[in-house]
Amino acid sequence: MLLTITNELAPATDLGYLLHKNPVRSQSFDLPFGRAHVFYPESSPERCTAALLLEVDPVGLVRGRGSTLSQYVNDRPYAASSFLSVAISRVFGSAMSGKSRERPEMAEARLPLRARIAVLPCRDGEGFLRRLFEPLGYAVSAEPHAFDGAFPDWGESPYFTVELSAQVRLRDLLTHLYVLVPVLDDDKHYWVGDEEVEKLLRRGEGWLPSHPEREAITARYLKHQRGLARDALERLVEDGGDEREEGDHEEEVVEQKVRLSQERIGAVLAAFRGAGARRAVDLGCGEGRLLRALFEDRNFEEIVGMDVSHRMIEVASRRLRLDGLPDNQRERIRLFQGSLTYRDRRLSGFDAAAVVEVIEHLDPPRLAAFERVLFEFARPRTVALTTPNAEYNALFGSLPAGRFRHRDHRFEWTREEFRAWAEGVCGRFGYGVRFLPVGPENPQSGSPTQMGVFELA
Amino acid sequence: MPEDISLPDLCLVALVGASGSGKSSFAKRHFRPTEVLSSDFFRGLVSDDENDQAATKDAFEVLNFVAAKRLAAGKLVVVDATNVQKEARKTLVALAREHDVLAVAIVLDLPEKLCRKRNLSRPDRDFGPHVVRDQVRQLRRSLKGLKREGFRHVAVLSSEEEVDAAVVGRRPLWTDRRDETGPFDIIGDVHGCADELLGLLEKLGYGVERSNGEFEVEPPEGRRAIFLGDLVDRGPKSPEVLRLVMGMVASGAALCVPGNHDAKLVRALRGKNVQLKYGLAGTLEQLENEPTEFREEVASFLDRLVSHYVLDEGRLVVAHAGLKERFQGRASGRVRDFALFGETTGETDEFGLPVRYDWASEYRGEASVVYGHTPVPEPGWVNRTINIDTGCAFGGSLTALRYPEMDLVAVPARETYYEPARPFLPEDAAPEPPREDDLLDIEDVLGKRIVGTRLQRNVTIREENAAAALEVMSRFAVDPRWLVYLPPTMSPSDTSKREDLLEHPSEALAYYRREGVSRVVCEEKHMGSRAIAVVCRDGEAAARRFGTTDGAGIIFTRTGRRFFDDRAMEDAVLDRLRRALSAAEAWEEFGTDWFCLDCEVLPWSVKAGSLIRDQYAAVGAAARASLSETVSALEQTAERGLDVAGILRDQRERRAAVGAYAGAYGRYSWPVRSVEDVRLAPFHLLASEGAVHTDRDHRWHLETLAKLCRGDEVLLETSYTEADTTDPRDEAKVVAWWEDLTGPGRGGEGMVVKPLDFVAKGRRGIAQPGVKCRGREYLRLVYGPEYTAPANLDRLRQRNLSAKRSLALREFALGVEALERFVRRDPLYRVHECVFGVLALESEPVDPRL
Repeated sequence: MLLTITNELAPATDLGYLLHKNPVRSQSFDLPFGRAHVFYPESSPERCTAALLLEVDPVGLVRGRGSTLSQYVNDRPYAASSFLSVAISRVFGSAMSGKSRERPEMAEARLPLRARIAVLPCRDGEGFLRRLFEPLGYAVSAEPHAFDGAFPDWGESPYFTVELSAQVRLRDLLTHLYVLVPVLDDDKHYWVGDEEVEKLLRRGEGWLPSHPEREAITARYLKHQRGLARDALERLVEDGGDEREEGDHEEEVVEQKVRLSQERIGAVLAAFRGAGARRAVDLGCGEGRLLRALFEDRNFEEIVGMDVSHRMIEVASRRLRLDGLPDNQRERIRLFQGSLTYRDRRLSGFDAAAVVEVIEHLDPPRLAAFERVLFEFARPRTVALTTPNAEYNALFGSLPAGRFRHRDHRFEWTREEFRAWAEGVCGRFGYGVRFLPVGPENPQSGSPTQMGVFELA
Repeated sequence: MPEDISLPDLCLVALVGASGSGKSSFAKRHFRPTEVLSSDFFRGLVSDDENDQAATKDAFEVLNFVAAKRLAAGKLVVVDATNVQKEARKTLVALAREHDVLAVAIVLDLPEKLCRKRNLSRPDRDFGPHVVRDQVRQLRRSLKGLKREGFRHVAVLSSEEEVDAAVVGRRPLWTDRRDETGPFDIIGDVHGCADELLGLLEKLGYGVERSNGEFEVEPPEGRRAIFLGDLVDRGPKSPEVLRLVMGMVASGAALCVPGNHDAKLVRALRGKNVQLKYGLAGTLEQLENEPTEFREEVASFLDRLVSHYVLDEGRLVVAHAGLKERFQGRASGRVRDFALFGETTGETDEFGLPVRYDWASEYRGEASVVYGHTPVPEPGWVNRTINIDTGCAFGGSLTALRYPEMDLVAVPARETYYEPARPFLPEDAAPEPPREDDLLDIEDVLGKRIVGTRLQRNVTIREENAAAALEVMSRFAVDPRWLVYLPPTMSPSDTSKREDLLEHPSEALAYYRREGVSRVVCEEKHMGSRAIAVVCRDGEAAARRFGTTDGAGIIFTRTGRRFFDDRAMEDAVLDRLRRALSAAEAWEEFGTDWFCLDCEVLPWSVKAGSLIRDQYAAVGAAARASLSETVSALEQTAERGLDVAGILRDQRERRAAVGAYAGAYGRYSWPVRSVEDVRLAPFHLLASEGAVHTDRDHRWHLETLAKLCRGDEVLLETSYTEADTTDPRDEAKVVAWWEDLTGPGRGGEGMVVKPLDFVAKGRRGIAQPGVKCRGREYLRLVYGPEYTAPANLDRLRQRNLSAKRSLALREFALGVEALERFVRRDPLYRVHECVFGVLALESEPVDPRL
């Protein structure tokens, strides 16, 4: 990873005084994660370039942490990241605080400076890069890099070689890089704790509060590490990452928000209350939004949330603050891990079951098992089941035709398809069903969500 | 003198006697210490004081809890407490009932004086004389009512001499015939169809002689018949059937369990008021013509029949209406009712008949259960249970199951003797045997589990791993009916000590030499993605054998996901495989409609496209840009005459390493536009109908599959070489072969060394089924572009293989077990628990670079 800083104000070599590094020799420094070298590729009165070369030890980085495969095959040794920030503060610390014994007035002067970062990850594209630096007065030039010239199909990688030029104090240039490089990288190599907030406030003094992207900068700078709980799962999910969580976000964006999800909860509550249900189970409870609504209604005496993801159960338990409930409240609600394709004794004996936005995550051949688990064995008196109405998709501006609302959806049904399936279920298992729209109705396409309320005949 | 006390192997014994009557000494003499639960002991356990009467309530709660656990586990329990009060005994009787075991009382009715004297000699029993006096009084009052309270056997010992002389024996329960191992011919509901029964016996090879109206039956060598009850009613010749079966049971040629019709006949014959429905009237009419003695014989024969039998070391259970696992080998009214009538859900169907509770679909027991009671058009196995009542009296047939062969033998009814209330034969269509119930239960997979396998005995699955696997299985895996195998993980060879390498063939060969394995095969390791292909002859064959309806085969990944998102592509690849199997006449040669193959699918990019781009290529792009800028900046610096030679050399080496790295992933990536661009390299022919081919060596697998691959460019042959691990010349040959495979020219992933035998014995237990030895260039994708720098290699050598190897063995055992269970047609849950186990073990935290 290489950062060069060029000064073009004669005598340019005075840059060495500001950086506290002599242009006539190279120097090396030990850092916790590798070594840094400072040397000057150019040094003339007209132009002086200082280079900060950072060698991140790729093996040391992984040893003793051992988790996913990505760690040895890693861009950290090559791309600018929070490692660079640490190196700047260690190697150019005095310069960044604006101290210079020999050239104090120059340290406070705006100089024609150019910083060049050999590889800067810009995962949100060049636009974000410009939005970060241009408001601070930099001219930005960014050269993208293809993933691999031998595979033109793969297109452009997220890496750019970036040059920033401005009339700027060296201390400000270094501070901007210090804060904004990790923001672009959107990752931190170390645990982000409270002191990071202090650091950000200090480093951002005088420019961050007025920066138009201050919210994005703050959020990303203070990025938290991902929890350990998902490690076991990550090892299994081949594509890495949690599709569901990211997809949920996607789906909410597509469906224009939380409002629709609130309407679904309302519709389920109405169905349950109408049926006089006292014992209710939410199958696929996710983080527990419906459970909370049920819990707030004292008429529900026993509330159970089930999800296939053990982690989701933990999240729901936290969100519902189950540990802090008084005993008499605590007894009303239970969460457990389970699957809709395995028969489960624990699901018997409920008045009502909610299956909200769940079945579309099942492969169609697995629906038969789901039907039996719910309608033959669990056999609640009432089932409120929702699923997207595919006809409505055309009305979502942001959704390309033919795409599902969520990357994990295995199907999305039209009203007719849903009706046919639901009526089949009723015939096979002795239920009756009525259909309700959820969300704003369109005369041609119906509502975004469709709901079937099944009652044991 | 009382007779010897004879106890069933499993029962709850209540010792009854006043303090000082010698219960504890008696218990100590006649029972194992772990069988005796003494109230004193439990009082001590909860309060530190055996005589603390205030602790009595807590003590009994714990005692009852332990007693319940023992009874549930089928262990005899002796409760050593005074038990002189009715309330105390009531709890014990209830406990026995709850676990369907008999309650037995052994009463030590000794003189009050003696008890008192004994208590006086013990300083800790300083309670007043009235205590013992009351106890003795209560005991005497209880004596007469014990049987009525629910104690099946009561033994009273009334003097010191009797107590000393008492002998306590154990006998098996009447239902316990585990020592009888068969072979058996188990015969379904006869219902008075004597002609059909004679026909069936003949067909089964029984010689039947008839003289003076009596039958003499000669079974085939060593065999024995078992009647599943319902001998009578509906058919024309109930007395004849009774005569035949009673004769066979008397001569030892048969065993018989009672059916509900038989039980009702007993009640009718005994003059009880019973409704003469469901054919009973006809039977009574037929019996009218028989002598009174015969009718009495019949009543006493039927009355003495034991509800069910557990046979053949517990592997076989016979009962008229079947028996759920927790009732097997138990004795209670409930057990008898279940065995005779089954359970109902309380609902009635459209014909007004009770809806039966489907115990078989939930059955998870180890024993095979053979039963009748409810006529079915065609018998079929459901979770190790089979109903063989094929409705002979209704015009169906009379069926026998030959055990252990498990063949069905049937004779058709000569006519319809009785019209069923509910039609049991489908009107048109040929009858369909019931399918194995393939709905899985959460209890089949969740929580800590121990799976017994042939290769590794017990494999333990930890709870948290099962939890992770449940999510992956539910969200991503294919229909579990397709999932008959998941491949094991594979350990690399031990780390090489060679200067510039991490893995080398010498260590792989040395591993097997160390394990005592001499012959090995070295197979080319294709760099693609692991895939399991199940290919059926056609959709019908798939439906028949797998119960699936979504195609004639499938290809899935090592975590059970569908391999190709594009179904047309999957079909095209399967089609190539199917055609190759047909061309090789493999269907006929193996007598099968399906094959399961272990394969590698290439290119790597077909499955891992986004991973290669976003992970591998991205790092390459960053590295290239970074290092070229760095090198040129350093060159510029060097030109200024500054000494940066050392850094420059390092950076140039890094740049070269990165170039090699990009070559490594690039070699395994090419665009896939049609099936022609895909390669499927099968290397194990895992299983086909009736056979798991783990008894064949790898040479057979590779040669058989090579033949298949020739002639189709999509199917890729796997090259290999054999070696003797004790021959240095062979080692040199293998090293050369590997170097050629992985050298800069070809850049292959490497090789897998396997024992020639599919399952090979090592020093202790089985040896690793394979050990991989990866090429120097390929490993850049695992350990990073620059891992070959000496400073990096030195640190990377410290890696621990033992966890990975242990995992590989357990997963191998589970995978093979899954196939074996599938091939022998075990219920789905038995297959599933094995593949689920593989998936669960895969979530163990193991260094992913191994």
